[in-house]
Amino acid sequence: MTAETQVAPPHHGLADWLWYLGVPVAALLLYLVYGQLIPISEWVTSLFPVARDSHTGEAIAFFVYDVPKVLLLLTGIVFVTGVLRSWFSPEKTRAILAGKREIAGYPLAALLGVLTPFCSCSSVPLFIGFVSAEIPLGVTFSFLIAGPMVGPVGLGLLYGLVGWQIATIYLVFGFTIATVAGFVLGRMGLERYLQDWVRELNAGPVGDLPEVRLTLVDRLKTGAEQVREIVGKVWIWVLVGIGIGAAIHGYVPEAVMLRIMGGEAWWSVPAAVVVGVPMYTNAAGVIPIVEALLGKGAALGTTLAFMMSVIALSLPEMIILKQVLQLRLIAIFLAVVAAGILATGYLFNAIL
Amino acid sequence: MKTVKVYGSGCKRCEATETMVRNAATRLGVEVDVEKVTDAKSIAMAGVMSTPGLSVDGKLVHAGGLPDATKLDGWLTA
Repeated sequence: MTAETQVAPPHHGLADWLWYLGVPVAALLLYLVYGQLIPISEWVTSLFPVARDSHTGEAIAFFVYDVPKVLLLLTGIVFVTGVLRSWFSPEKTRAILAGKREIAGYPLAALLGVLTPFCSCSSVPLFIGFVSAEIPLGVTFSFLIAGPMVGPVGLGLLYGLVGWQIATIYLVFGFTIATVAGFVLGRMGLERYLQDWVRELNAGPVGDLPEVRLTLVDRLKTGAEQVREIVGKVWIWVLVGIGIGAAIHGYVPEAVMLRIMGGEAWWSVPAAVVVGVPMYTNAAGVIPIVEALLGKGAALGTTLAFMMSVIALSLPEMIILKQVLQLRLIAIFLAVVAAGILATGYLFNAIL
Repeated sequence: MKTVKVYGSGCKRCEATETMVRNAATRLGVEVDVEKVTDAKSIAMAGVMSTPGLSVDGKLVHAGGLPDATKLDGWLTA
């Protein structure tokens, strides 16, 4: 290692009091700006040389209003989530779940899947960590499904863009699918379809980490760090998603929407799921699309199915899991979760 | 001479962790041998569930996220 760089000593960042002051001030600013989004966006839209009630005017208004709205919401949600999740870790979650053999393990795993911070890049070590602690496979699946399916970003944006009723429905059904799918998968005795090396793995030593004591400021820093990382990564998906949403909002006639995504056609729900799987985006990118679809009269069940499929069933995730799961197990996993999504879609198309 | 292992399958933060370790070692004048462990199986066998993880002389000291700079100095000089 050559000493080519003159390295500065680690700087310790802002003083604690600045955090205690800065976070509430930032929250207040966010809130004030959020309240003024309609006048601001209408003013910006009026600068464009198009009639406000034309197709293009509608699309521009949607875009100009949604971009700051989603980014503000996203910042708030990611920050709060980052702070809350600093109380959890995969190691603690494993310790909690390892003791649970009874039925309560499934909903508990789903709950912890939402609260535990983990990125899909470490889902393989996490999976092995769980299996080696003899956490049942089904419980592990409940955990892995719930994480993306009922993530706070999706729920928070759904709440802000579409309304609390649909956010609540999504929460309840997403959580139920994670719990029930894990239970069903657990009953199927699928251990034999793990990759050979995983099955032969003797319980790896539990990472014996010293307990880290975090101060409140540490937790706030974690939140801010998350905002920088996640918002810095997903903003482009947000813009793309809002762009698509704006196009739907401005240009797609309601009659066409009703024909394609209305509740009448039986095939609309499975089609929504199939279209959703290869769409590699995230909750922040898909919810503006959902907003526009619902606004144009798409059936709720079909739209929910589309959204769940985009968020919870992603090809890259499956490719990562291929390292630990045989293809047949991945297929069964996909089929069970997809069945839950289909059931949800049909149910809402039937009752609404 | 300290043997440091950085566990992680190549995410951005894993690379940032490696850079942190090297920079801290240079600054502190500690000789280090940094090894990157990227294979999922080896990562899991080391007991790391959230990456990046860090071990110093065979002892796991950190998992999940970037290590704290002050603590990192402590591990390297211990």
